[in-house]
Amino acid sequence: MSADLTDRRALAGLDNLELQEALAAGPGRKGRMAAKTWAATWPKLLAIAIVLILWQLVYLYDWHGSSSNGIFKGPVQTLPVLWEELHHVTLWDAIGTTLSRAVVGYTAALVVGSLVGALVSRVKPLRAAVGSIITGLQTMPSIAWFPFAIIFFGLTPATILFVIILGAAPSIANGLIAGVDYTPPLLLRAGKVLGLKRVALYRHVILPASLPSFIAGMKQGWAFAWRSLMAGELLVTIPGHFSLGRLLSTSQDQLDMAMTISVMIVILIIGILVDMGFNQANGLIRRRWGMVDTGNGT
Amino acid sequence: MSLAGNGRRGTPERAPGFSGVPNLTVVADREPATSVAGPAVRLTDVTKVYGQGTRAVLALDKVSLSVKSGEFTCIIGASGCGKSTLLNLVAGLDQVSSGDLATTGQVTLMFQEPALFPWLSASKNVELALRARGVAKAERRARALELLEAVHLGGFANKRPHELSGGMRQRVAMARALAQDVDVLLMDEPFGALDAMTRDLLHDELERICTERTLTVLFVTHNVREAARLGDRVIVLSSRPGKVIEEYQVPRTGPRRMDSPEVSELAASLTDRLRVEMSRHVR
Repeated sequence: MSADLTDRRALAGLDNLELQEALAAGPGRKGRMAAKTWAATWPKLLAIAIVLILWQLVYLYDWHGSSSNGIFKGPVQTLPVLWEELHHVTLWDAIGTTLSRAVVGYTAALVVGSLVGALVSRVKPLRAAVGSIITGLQTMPSIAWFPFAIIFFGLTPATILFVIILGAAPSIANGLIAGVDYTPPLLLRAGKVLGLKRVALYRHVILPASLPSFIAGMKQGWAFAWRSLMAGELLVTIPGHFSLGRLLSTSQDQLDMAMTISVMIVILIIGILVDMGFNQANGLIRRRWGMVDTGNGT
Repeated sequence: MSLAGNGRRGTPERAPGFSGVPNLTVVADREPATSVAGPAVRLTDVTKVYGQGTRAVLALDKVSLSVKSGEFTCIIGASGCGKSTLLNLVAGLDQVSSGDLATTGQVTLMFQEPALFPWLSASKNVELALRARGVAKAERRARALELLEAVHLGGFANKRPHELSGGMRQRVAMARALAQDVDVLLMDEPFGALDAMTRDLLHDELERICTERTLTVLFVTHNVREAARLGDRVIVLSSRPGKVIEEYQVPRTGPRRMDSPEVSELAASLTDRLRVEMSRHVR
């Protein structure tokens, strides 16, 4: 009896020894928030500084007199325009319109992409038939869909929505399909041994296991959606609505370089912010799954 | 070698709904092991062939064995003896090519790797097994904690698998298997990837749990000492194809350890027997 007790204590002791080892190897997650924030921020600040310096250098170089005759604008002329615009309702209106289109289009693409991905990954004949079409669609530049969509839907928001969905859904579907394909066979067997079948197996094992790949597909899908949206807003002008694309084409018409660059900066920043959101989600999953190397507290 | 299509009898109770996805509930619907006298697992002339035609590989050749309810049976063999094939068949993950296979009560399989779901905490992993069995949501958490307590991991319920050591993960896997309320536990080299010290302690744990719950265990290993340490009975399989060539009864005289003299003695004769078998394959 006492031997049994000794064994149990030995086991508990071994657990603690191994956990402490793992803990010592892991990074100190809390307590260094300020240092971590700084470590994440300074490369971005540096990148912005480099871009501004290069931009100013290009301006100063005055290629074919583009700067001196007022066609090209440097950061010194542009940034005050951007600052000014940020205090006008027009820009925010445009941002609102564009973002709401992005949200609606991307959500629709997410639904379509997920449904198609789920079906194609599970139904063999569908996969043989549709699998390569999806990849084909993914490589097709979405702008090539516009003539078709404009003939079909006219100059309406539906045209833009249609092209966003066609641009983003294939990437999302492919992300899900790849995730399902790379579900570790061992986890599948473990699920089956637990008695999970069909829908339950899909929901509790296959879907969570394909989440990292699915998010990668969503991220790529977002990039395609954003590009399609910008192309759409430049090509399809809908009267009465101010959008970022519309602002861009208006300032092009007025040869307003400072405004053009300002809108481009806004578009870039929105793209970067959304991308950061996806990276956050990705990092969260990787940490939760223990896929982050905690070797030396980086 | 046209074994695949020939003389296929199958087991009548298992045959329906047994195409494609393994249907484990068919097994569960039957009488629990305790109410039936006789073997918990019985294989009669079970043959398994992989592939077809000239490329067919005979993995198991007319294997017959039966495991009594509550018995701890170890299966040992060199590479290519079809140990894992055997367990997959009994677990219902694969189908026999010919012969009869009957199991009584609920069966589950533990792998060499813990095979925990990395996105779920230790307790949620156990709870998923309860959920698959249809245990009510309100009960699951408490039951999972009880089971984790049974493998001495009560304090680690909210840890994710990657935060635990290899031995602890394998114990979570054991708690998950117990959550299925099984009568028969199939183990495919479950401690093969662990260090010797952890393995020794887990042997004691497994023995205690099996005795407390009168589990029937079919334990596959290629470690002769492990087989001698754990088994009430040790079955030696030949290689390519797998066939039962020897059976050792191990008298239960009291607590055993890896270094007990009777364990060493049995391990030595198992080693000798396996070496005879391996030398058969010299070309």
